[in-house]
Amino acid sequence: MAKVTIDGHTIEVPDGTTILQAARMLVDKDKMVDAKVAPPTMCYYSKLKTSGGYCRTCIVKVTKGSEKDPRPMPKPVASCRTKVMDGMEGVNITSPEVIEARKGVVEFLLINHPLDCPICDQAGECHLQDLGYEHGLSKTRYDFPRRTFNQIDIGPYIKMHMTRCIMCFRCVKVADQITDYRVHGMLNRGDASEISTYIQKAIDNDFSGNIIDVCPVGALTDRTFRFKSRVWFTKPVDAHRNCTKCSGKVALWLKGNDILRVTGRKDQWGEVEEFICNECRFEKKDVKDWTIEGPRHIDRHSVISANHYESLASLKLDIGKQQKALSTKK
Amino acid sequence: MQALTNRSKVVSKKEMTFMERMYLPAIFGGMMITLSHFFRRKPTIKYPEQKREYSGVFRGQHVLKRDEKGAERCTACGLCAVACPAEAITMTAAERKPGEENLYREEKYAAKYEINMLRCIFCGDCEEACPKEAIFLTDRQVDVYGKRKNFVYGKDILVESKENPIDLSKRQTPEVKEFKKQQEFAHNQTFDKRIKK
Repeated sequence: MAKVTIDGHTIEVPDGTTILQAARMLVDKDKMVDAKVAPPTMCYYSKLKTSGGYCRTCIVKVTKGSEKDPRPMPKPVASCRTKVMDGMEGVNITSPEVIEARKGVVEFLLINHPLDCPICDQAGECHLQDLGYEHGLSKTRYDFPRRTFNQIDIGPYIKMHMTRCIMCFRCVKVADQITDYRVHGMLNRGDASEISTYIQKAIDNDFSGNIIDVCPVGALTDRTFRFKSRVWFTKPVDAHRNCTKCSGKVALWLKGNDILRVTGRKDQWGEVEEFICNECRFEKKDVKDWTIEGPRHIDRHSVISANHYESLASLKLDIGKQQKALSTKK
Repeated sequence: MQALTNRSKVVSKKEMTFMERMYLPAIFGGMMITLSHFFRRKPTIKYPEQKREYSGVFRGQHVLKRDEKGAERCTACGLCAVACPAEAITMTAAERKPGEENLYREEKYAAKYEINMLRCIFCGDCEEACPKEAIFLTDRQVDVYGKRKNFVYGKDILVESKENPIDLSKRQTPEVKEFKKQQEFAHNQTFDKRIKK
């Protein structure tokens, strides 16, 4: 076990845990800890092995290396790839240096991003939007043309806008680890690199649809949902069905009685709880196919929470948490 | 019952004097007030022929603008509808087909765009929320109809015609114009500038 302190909060974690995981454990364990203590991530995905280390969004400053070697680390480190040591002390949101460095990272991520959010189907649940809102500049210093690619239809269900991609490799890892084989990957190098299927070969695999859920931006989107509605005009509900391939536990995005979209259930870190199969995702668009459990919990800071009503119980839970937080602060 | 305030007046029912009982002086006094109004300046104007001067920032009927090439600017992003406090705006998006580039500016457009003018409170939040400079409030009044359904304005009324574009240059303050000149802000750059051709 190693004792680690992040932004002044101490937690004991097993050896081999990364700083990022420790920060998330901290937030999960103690509701009093600000959720922002856990660094934002664009490429790290806890359900995918070897993910992380590409985007540098999760950088933190380590002010004390360990109990035995208390020297600080010379540069901010990627917290998703750095393992904790006993007595380590790190700062994330309490360090202006980290905030400034992260601002630079966001600026780099946005350099080639087309900022076509008014068109993009991901808008409203896009991690890059949240990150830019939280850490970015409102203006761009980049004055050159941005790289562009043609849109590609990957099979009948998935649309790829390579222009929006931030090269997080999550979709490549999904294909490697969740599906039987992968037919897409990264082609070319540096500025010219792109995610592509070999000669635009269609991805036909039962679990290929999960690359839509793991994509942090709008590079991979659902063709059955394309331009149907903005996310914040749909009602998310939890539902399940008996599926032979997957757990069948999904989130339905309804408008009236029409199912516009089916996705996995995302937790507070924006990661799906369970990967779902393509049959559930793309082919069951009738309410009769599903057993609806109730409205999904949507964070009140999200634009999707506009006109979203949840059960009284969950509301009471929310209010109770806030009251508890206030009373203990005093 | 105890009075709630000290402002209540006690009604007195005293007997009227002889002058008051005659009524005529009071009637004559009232007629004089009426007569004096004949010679004052008339506050009414003959509306359709004569129009009152509007404030430069008056917020009336909306317009959906076209760009300099005549293509519709609206991309049905839904920000106006989510900003609308009265929930007056609804829209349905559609994908632009090849060959429609001169009709719609970007690859998504509003196939249906409706504003319920009975719900609208003319707050101008839609204009402020619009990232594409597509919707503006103008100095035009909303027409009067006999039926409720006529107040739901569709694209046929809202989109400006190519022949008679609506001039909004006078409605924008110098500060707004100056802000829009600064190209380092992403939303001020045109789509063509941002991407390689």
